[in-house]
Amino acid sequence: MDSAPLTLGQTLRLGLIGLFVFFGIWLLLPTAGLVPPSFLPSPIAVAERVATLTTEPFAGATLPAHIAYSFTRFIAGFALAALIGIPLGLMMGWFRLVDEIVSPIFDGLRFIAPIAWVPFAALWFGTGIGGPVMIIFAGAFPPCVINAYRGARQVDRRLVEAAEMLGTGHFRMIVDILLPASVPSLVAGLRVAAGLGWQSLVGAELIVASTGVGFMMVQAQANVATSTVMAGMVAIGIVGLAIDMALRWTEASIRRHRGLDG
Amino acid sequence: MGSIRFEGVGKVFGNARTGFKALDDVSLAIGEKEFVAIVGPSGCGKTTCLRMVAGFEGVSAGKVLVNDRPVVRPGADRAVVFQQFALFPWKTVRQNIEFGLRNKRIGKDQRDHLVAGSLKLMSLESHGDAYPHQLSGGMQQRVAIARAYVLDPDVLLMDEPFGALDAQTRVVMQEELVRLARVNPRTVLFITHAVEEAVYLADRVAIMSRRPGTIKEIIDVKTVRLAERWDGHERIEDVMDLESFVHLRTRIWKSLREEKAEIGH
Ligand SMILES: Nc1ncnc2c1ncn2[C@@H]1O[C@H](COP(=O)(O)OP(=O)(O)OP(=O)(O)O)[C@@H](O)[C@H]1O
Ligand SMILES: [Mg+2]
Repeated sequence: MDSAPLTLGQTLRLGLIGLFVFFGIWLLLPTAGLVPPSFLPSPIAVAERVATLTTEPFAGATLPAHIAYSFTRFIAGFALAALIGIPLGLMMGWFRLVDEIVSPIFDGLRFIAPIAWVPFAALWFGTGIGGPVMIIFAGAFPPCVINAYRGARQVDRRLVEAAEMLGTGHFRMIVDILLPASVPSLVAGLRVAAGLGWQSLVGAELIVASTGVGFMMVQAQANVATSTVMAGMVAIGIVGLAIDMALRWTEASIRRHRGLDG
Repeated sequence: MGSIRFEGVGKVFGNARTGFKALDDVSLAIGEKEFVAIVGPSGCGKTTCLRMVAGFEGVSAGKVLVNDRPVVRPGADRAVVFQQFALFPWKTVRQNIEFGLRNKRIGKDQRDHLVAGSLKLMSLESHGDAYPHQLSGGMQQRVAIARAYVLDPDVLLMDEPFGALDAQTRVVMQEELVRLARVNPRTVLFITHAVEEAVYLADRVAIMSRRPGTIKEIIDVKTVRLAERWDGHERIEDVMDLESFVHLRTRIWKSLREEKAEIGH
C-alpha cells in the first residue's frame, strides 16, 4: 500500500485534476452532441439556469426560497433528532437498565430506511411541514443515538473515578463529566446525522411537500426541464457540503481545544 | 483524623470459586498524619490496596477502615493522585483544582482564595488558565496534587504519582512533596516501584510479596530519619548519600530481591 501522506499542494492538485476531468467530460458529452442536451444539459447551461432561478420563480418560488424552505425543515428535523437522540443515547450508554430496555426496539427500528417512513409521514402529517420533518428525523435520529451511546460508553473510567473521589454527585457527574467527555463523539454523530438528514429531506420532498428543492425538482422533471432538475441537484450538493463543512470545522476545533489532535 | 486500617483484607477478582486471589490477609495500620509507602513487585496488589481505600474496589474478606469506619464508596475525604494524572481535559487548571470545592458547595470567594493558594503552593500561578494538554507532565501532576490537596482530605492516596515523569522532574516533585508534607501534613498512602523514593518520602515502608499479595515486612524509616537528621539536607541527592539512607535502601532492596527470586522457582 502506498500510504505516504500527501502534502497540501499535492492534495489540492489531485483534487483539481479530478474536478477538471469531471467537468471536462460533462461539458464534452452534450456539446459534442454525444447525448442530447435535454438529457444531460452542459454545466454552462446548468450554471445559467441556477442564475435565472435566483430571480425567476419555478414551482411557486425562486431557488433561494426553495432552499430556505428545505433548510428550515432540515433544521427542525435535525434539531428534534439531536434533542431527543443525544440524551437518549447518553442515557443508554450510561445506565445499563436504559440500555437493556431501549436497545432492542431501537436496533429493530433503525434498519428501516428514512424513505420507508414516507407513507406514514404523508398519512400522519400530510405535505405541510410535519411530513418532511418526520422523515429527516428518521434519517438523523439513529446516528445521534448511536454516537451518543458510544460516547457515553467510551468515557474514560479514570476520569469518572477522579470525579468520584472529588465527591461528585449523580447530577454533576452527568452534566460535568459524561456530557463534556462525550462531546467529540456527539459532534461526530451530528455530522453523520446532518448528512443523512439532508439526504432524506430531498427524498422526502420529492413525495410529501409542496415547496422545497426536492419539490421543485419533481415539478421540473414533470415539465422535462432537465436543467432545472440539475440546478436543484447542484443546490442540494452545495448546501449539503456547506453543512458538512460547518460541522467538520466545529469537530476539528473541539478536538484541537481538547488536545486530541496535534 | 485520617487513620487507615487494613484488617485481614483479601481480594478475589472474578467469581469466588474460579477467581484469582490478588490479596490475602493484608493487615496494616496507618496512623494520623503518617506517610506510608508500599513497595512490591509488579502485580502484587499495591494498586488494589489503594483502590479499596479509595472506595473504587470492594473487599472479598476482612475490612478496610478509614477513621475507624468501613469504606463504602469514594469520597472527597480520601483524595487520590493517579499515575496518569486523570485531569479533566476540557477544564482549565483552575477549574480542575476547583472541581472538588464546588462539590463541597464552598462559596466563590472562598474557592478563589483556596485555588489561588494552591496554585501558589504548586508554583502554577502563571498556568491557571491553561488546559492540561498545554502543560508538561510534571506540571500536570502538580495540578493533580493541588486538586487533591485543596480539598484538605483526611487521607491522600497516591499511586505511583511520579511514575510517568522523567528522572529530573521526578526528583523535583519528590522534593516538593516533602516540602508540602511539612507545610501541610496529611495521612498519605503512597505506592511506588522506586525504593529510593519510598525511603526518601515515607515514615514507614511496607514491602509486599505476591501470589497471593500480602504485606511481608514493614520498615521504620522515620526513627532513622529523625536520629540522623535527614531533614537538615535540602537536596535529595545529599540525603541519598547518607550512610543511614543507603543502609535502609539496601535492606529493602534485598527483601524485594528475595521476592523476585522466589517467583523464579
Ligand atoms: N479488575 C481486575 N480484574 C481482574 N484482575 C485484576 C483486576 N485488577 C487487578 N487485577 C489483578 O490483580 C493483581 C494485582 O493488581 P494490582 O494492579 O493491584 O497490582 P500492582 O501491585 O499495582 O502492580 P503494578 O506494580 O504493576 O502496578 C494483578 O495480577 C492484576 O492482574
Ligand atoms: Mg499498580
